[in-house]
Amino acid sequence: MDYRIQEDYLYVFLPTELDHHSTESIRRECDELLYDNEILHIVFDFGETSFMDSSGIGVLMGRYRMISKLGGDVTAIHVNDRVYKILNLAGLHKVMEISQEKIWNKRM
Amino acid sequence: MGNTNEMSMEFDSRSCNEGFARVAVAAFITQLNPTLEEVSDVKTAVSEAITNAIIHAYDKEVKKIRIDCKVVEHEMYVTVTDYGKGIENVEKAMEPFFTTKPEEDRSGMGFAFMEAFMDEVVVISELGKGCAVHMKKKVGVGTSPFM
Repeated sequence: MDYRIQEDYLYVFLPTELDHHSTESIRRECDELLYDNEILHIVFDFGETSFMDSSGIGVLMGRYRMISKLGGDVTAIHVNDRVYKILNLAGLHKVMEISQEKIWNKRM
Repeated sequence: MGNTNEMSMEFDSRSCNEGFARVAVAAFITQLNPTLEEVSDVKTAVSEAITNAIIHAYDKEVKKIRIDCKVVEHEMYVTVTDYGKGIENVEKAMEPFFTTKPEEDRSGMGFAFMEAFMDEVVVISELGKGCAVHMKKKVGVGTSPFM
């Protein structure tokens, strides 16, 4: 999994296809990082992601549940139209900021 | 029935096959000249059905998943079949956010997505025998420039 930690921010760069197969390891690695670091904000970067199914929803909802207990938050950025539709369908726009902006916090 | 075309395949219920299987179905229906959105809809729905078979029907044991796909005129039919444990209460299983595996971060949105992205979803299951998810979608209808 591609990630970057900056202060209390964890940036997770998601793969091209976010399905049950790819989410297994993302979930595990993400939780290890949350355990080992003082993270309050998780930013999921969908810049490379063209496919997502409900497994991706599960990962975001699970991380949201964990971090919101600590008073933190989850953000989804660089979301394409397709992923945006799926996130909305699952109601995630009610609990996290979803940004379609292409240049916001461009990957370094 | 002159204008039909069928395809069947069977593969191991390994998660690494999820990508291959949904892409195979998407490739098969390109003959209907679908829009990109329709292709994405079908890929998502098929992915949900396969994931269900792997996680729930077989509980991650490696067995076979079968996909039957048919196109008739402007309609595509796809059936995803497993020979696993079956669903006790199909109606309950299809409720949005219902999941038997919350500890694995399953969202419970699988069937809801299938219903959102396909025109028709019918689930037939028998305990101990398996499950068949039949889905149907009209595809490529508005794509002809001469219509």
